[in-house]
Amino acid sequence: MKDIKVLGSGCAKCEKTITVIDTVARELNVAVTITKETSPESIMSYGVMSTPAVVIDNAVVHTGSIPHRDKIEQWLKNSE
Amino acid sequence: MFQVFTDFASWLTYRVLKLSADTKAADAVHFFIEDVSKIFVLLIAMIYIIALLRASLNVERVRDYLAGKHRGVGYLMGSSFGAITPFCSCSSIPVFLGFTSAGIPVGITMSFLLTSPLINEVAVLLLMSLLGWKFTILYVVVGMAVGILGGIFLDLIKAERWLQSFAAEALKRGRQTASDKNSIDTLPVDSLQFRERHQFAKNEAMEIFGRVWKWVIVGVGLGAALHGFVPDGWIKAHLGDGQWWSVPAAVLLGIPLYSNATGVIPVMESLIANGLPVGTTLAFCMSTVAASFPEFILLKQVMQWRLLAILFCMLLVSFTVVGWVFNAFTPYL
Repeated sequence: MKDIKVLGSGCAKCEKTITVIDTVARELNVAVTITKETSPESIMSYGVMSTPAVVIDNAVVHTGSIPHRDKIEQWLKNSE
Repeated sequence: MFQVFTDFASWLTYRVLKLSADTKAADAVHFFIEDVSKIFVLLIAMIYIIALLRASLNVERVRDYLAGKHRGVGYLMGSSFGAITPFCSCSSIPVFLGFTSAGIPVGITMSFLLTSPLINEVAVLLLMSLLGWKFTILYVVVGMAVGILGGIFLDLIKAERWLQSFAAEALKRGRQTASDKNSIDTLPVDSLQFRERHQFAKNEAMEIFGRVWKWVIVGVGLGAALHGFVPDGWIKAHLGDGQWWSVPAAVLLGIPLYSNATGVIPVMESLIANGLPVGTTLAFCMSTVAASFPEFILLKQVMQWRLLAILFCMLLVSFTVVGWVFNAFTPYL
C-alpha cells in the first residue's frame, strides 16, 4: 500500500494531479491512499515551494506541475 | 511589423462583415479583431522563445541565490527575479514560506512577491505591442520600484513581528541555519538538453495561452467597447487634466476589480487612446493587478491582520503616488 500525498493550496492543478494519479493507480491495479495536504505549515515542512507537489511514503518525488503519466506509472510500479 | 494585423482586421471588418468604415460599431469590431489576432500570435511565439531561455530557472534556484545575499542588493535581486521567474499565484504561499524558512528577510521576499504579478513576459509583450517601448520601460521601472521600495519599507517597520507564529518560527530557524552555510538542502540542478528545453517551452506556451486567452478576449472586448462606444472626448473632458482626486479614485476602483496584467493592458491602451492621463491609467491598472482580495485572503494564512492591513495601505499609497508623479511629469516626457 502506497501512501501518496498531494501538496497544494487547492488550486485546479492540484485537483487534476489527484485525479490523474488515481486513474493511473486504478489502471495498474495498485493499491494507494491519496490524501490532499493543503495546510501551508505542512507544505513548508516538506520544503516544497512550487505546488502541486507529490509525496510518496514521505519522500518528495515531484514539484511544480501536474506530473506526466509516465512518471506516475514509474512511481507506482516501483512499489511492487 | 504589425501592419499585417491591421490589414487582416480591415479585410475582415469591411470586406467580410461588410461594416461601413465610418460607424462606431465598425471601429470597435476593427479594434477587437486587430488586437486579438495580434496578441494571440505574439503570445504563442514569445512565450515559447522566452520559456526556452529560462527553462532552468525556478523558485528553488532563486531562493538559494537570494539566501545570504546582502540586503542592499537583496531587494533589487528579489524584485528582478520576481519579474522573470514564472510561478502560479496559487504557489505564492509556499514560495513565501520557502523563502522565509531559508532565512531570507520578509522585505526581500515581498519584493519578489509584489513585483511578480506586475511584471511578467506576457505583460511586457502586450505593452510593447500596444503602447510602445517607452511606456513599457516606464511600466517596468515603476513596477520594480514599487516592489523594491515596498520591501525596504516592510523591513524598516520590522514586518516579521506580525507574521503568523509558525512562519515567524520558521524565519528564526532559517536565520540560524543560514549562518552555518550550505545547510539548506538544495535540489540537484541538472543542465537541460535542447530537447527538454523545447518540451518545457512548448508546455509553457500551451499552458499560459490556455490560461490567458479568455483574459485577452475580455480585456480587448472591454477596450473595444470603450473605444467604440464611449463618446469621443468624454474621458478627456472629464478626467483629462489629471485632476488630483482622479488618481486615488482610480486606485480604489481598481481594488474590487480583479484581473491579471493580460486582461488589463488592452483596457489601458483604450483608456490612454481616449485621453485618460498616463498616471491615472497606470494607477488604475496596477491596483487592479496587484491588490486583489483573493490574494490577500491567501496571505492571511501566513500574516496577521495588522500586517495585511499595512500591506494593503502601502499598495494604495504607492499606486496613488505613482499616478500623481506620472501625471505631473507626462508633459515633459
